[in-house]
Amino acid sequence: MIEGILIGLQTALSFKNILMVMMGCFFGTIIGMLPGLGPMTAIALMIPITYGFEPSTGLILMAGVYYGAVFGGSTSSILINAPGVPGTVATAFDGYPMAQQGKAGKALAIAAYSSFAGGTISAIFLLFAAPSLSKISLAFRSPDYFALMVLGLTAVSAFSSKGQFLKAMMMVILGLMLATVGQDSLSDITRFTFNNMNLTDGISFVLIVMATFAMSEALTIILKAKDPSRATEQISLSQLGSIKLDKDERNKMLKSIPRSSVLGFLIGVLPGAGATIASFLAYGMERNYVNEEEKQKFGKGSVHGLAAPETANNAACSGSFVPLLTLGIPGSGTTAVMLGALLGFGIQPGPRLYMTNPEIFWSVIMSMYIGMVILLILNLPLIPYIARVLATPRNFLIPLILFFSVTGIYLMSFNNFDIYLMIGIAVVATFLRLYNFPMPPLILAFVLGGLMEENLRRSLLISDGSFNFLWDRPLTAIILVFTISIISWQAYKSFKK
Amino acid sequence: MFKTIKTIISALFASILLLSTTTGSFAIDKLHFVIGGGAGGGWDGTARGTGEALTKAGFLKSASFENMSGGGGGKALAFMINTKPENTILVQSTPLVLRSITRHKGYVKDGGSGVISYKDVVPIAGVIGDYGAIAVAKNSPFKNFKDVVAAYKKDPSSVKMAGGSVRGSMDHLIGALAFQEAGADPNKVIYVPYDAGGKALAGLLSGETQILSTGLGEVMGARDQVRIIGITAPKRVSDAPEVPTLKEQGFDVQFVNWRGFFGPPGMSGSMKKEIAKMLGDVQKTPEWEAVRKRNAWVNIYNPDKKFVKFLEKQTEEMTALMKKLGVI
Repeated sequence: MIEGILIGLQTALSFKNILMVMMGCFFGTIIGMLPGLGPMTAIALMIPITYGFEPSTGLILMAGVYYGAVFGGSTSSILINAPGVPGTVATAFDGYPMAQQGKAGKALAIAAYSSFAGGTISAIFLLFAAPSLSKISLAFRSPDYFALMVLGLTAVSAFSSKGQFLKAMMMVILGLMLATVGQDSLSDITRFTFNNMNLTDGISFVLIVMATFAMSEALTIILKAKDPSRATEQISLSQLGSIKLDKDERNKMLKSIPRSSVLGFLIGVLPGAGATIASFLAYGMERNYVNEEEKQKFGKGSVHGLAAPETANNAACSGSFVPLLTLGIPGSGTTAVMLGALLGFGIQPGPRLYMTNPEIFWSVIMSMYIGMVILLILNLPLIPYIARVLATPRNFLIPLILFFSVTGIYLMSFNNFDIYLMIGIAVVATFLRLYNFPMPPLILAFVLGGLMEENLRRSLLISDGSFNFLWDRPLTAIILVFTISIISWQAYKSFKK
Repeated sequence: MFKTIKTIISALFASILLLSTTTGSFAIDKLHFVIGGGAGGGWDGTARGTGEALTKAGFLKSASFENMSGGGGGKALAFMINTKPENTILVQSTPLVLRSITRHKGYVKDGGSGVISYKDVVPIAGVIGDYGAIAVAKNSPFKNFKDVVAAYKKDPSSVKMAGGSVRGSMDHLIGALAFQEAGADPNKVIYVPYDAGGKALAGLLSGETQILSTGLGEVMGARDQVRIIGITAPKRVSDAPEVPTLKEQGFDVQFVNWRGFFGPPGMSGSMKKEIAKMLGDVQKTPEWEAVRKRNAWVNIYNPDKKFVKFLEKQTEEMTALMKKLGVI
């Protein structure tokens, strides 16, 4: 292995490859910051350019764009509540409230440090354990994924404190309902499309997020313009841009990072999950770790609530290279595009990749360390300037947010209908917000609902219609028992009050 | 405003692809490609790759691209039919045939009076294709498709077949065709759908299912983990010479997932012929070969009338099979 690391270092440290990491990270960050455009589109457009490069150089560039986008995506989540990539949606839950409290610089810094730590720690896992980790990729079957999604839904409790329980549950149900729109995942039947072909592909996750977060937030601000509590909000610029964390904040972040790295990485290794699921799970799990006082802060600008998903999404991003390189299985659209590019280079992924092309495997991992350092250097000094976005007068900022939401969605599908749909959902969401309905449970249910249904029905299909699959496999049973104990613990606590 | 953004973006793509300037005059010197899906998908790769080869090899001065998602490609089809744009071609593939048979919502005409099929646009040529493949895990007891059929005949529920898309999709039909040819009732084969080829592959390797039915391209990346026990090609393919065909095992199953180009209704015969010829000629150039190799495509050139005949035959075969499967 030492030999492999040396080969990897040698390849990764060549002038051209360092340049590629820098380029990849730079473009990735920009693409990540722009709402709508994701790493998959960027990488797909990049393939013709990478052809003619060495395979390792091409992969280093594409990997850089991928984790750069997940790194950069947190910026728009925190500043304008418009997640740049799906993996950074959970970042907005606590990052945006934090920015609203005048701590935008701190929030961005926590996101940058957490992303850096998540990416670096998981690259270490990748370095030492990638071959054996491929077993984890294949250990999960449909019943286990189903159980995992149910576990993920318990994160809803993070938003249901203080008499909000019923409202949070109603939003969960609305999210689950929205997830059923479109072509059924198992048969060719379309559901709730009202014979409109624009709905047959379902509602896109990014669209829901942009409508319920960025757009409806902007609309709420407009509607509440005369609200004295908001108008008097005067955030001083120096405070906004400060990236210095106090001791308490640093300690909290350092506590969240290790556990979220491990969780995020493991979820990333699973081909049926990915960075988005990892960030939601990490967010929910983090709330179970912290003490009662800290729990109340979740959703209102908690350091734990920001650090956990930010660490996990970057860790998951590195984790997704395990099934890609050791098994040839892409877990997401982005890794599928990368697999296509690898095959185009004439590289056969699999356990033999270490023997046939050791330089590729090791240099990609090595380049991840370099990339993480570059991203940190690239992002940290810029934070005080980027944070000033919030100092823009509301009269300018809000039209800009609306503009970026609309163009972002249009650039994803080039379909006008999506714009109308987004505006419609945003209007409904704005009304719900005015009546204090929380939006994150809807998002959580929407993203988990589709996967939950699909895996449940597939499990039933495989077990010939019997529900035995719930306890047939130890893994499924363990996850479900864990889920039940979390729920009962929460119920017991609220009952005791 | 959006039109301008669209133009700026198309212009940007066009300029990226216009790396080499070419001289000479052409009857058709620029083409606009309409893509019914997002960037990074199969249609997108086919259109952009073909456009790139055509411009680099000097057949075209410029190629521009437009992504138009919605209705699983139905939106782009409707755009071609309703606006009849000039110098514009649409990329499509086997789902055009399958979705018109299943009367898929995205392929139903406004008002629901009929279904959009290949007959509503002008078939120009099929350019590339992917054969279907049946694969098992490396440690599977099944060595060839005969073993699978034998196990199935003993106990139909012992063989569960994974695929990367819904019931009635191409992945399902590939496997069903093979079982039908082997004299088994394709409707009794338990088909387990996943939402992407990669996830179906993970399902096979985790032991959840016993066989995987999908496109050959989907399993090429995992040849270290899976054994491909049969492909739906007439003869072995050069990119994977060790893989046997189903035909040589005594099951005469042939299926091609084609990808090709279509013109708007009313496209003139001479224009159609010229584009078809161009798409054929470009396949002999090194520029095309570079694109083909990069994407691991299989050249299956099928122009004009031959293409129409092929589409007719595929529609007929698939209608019969889907009726048997009860998906229509």
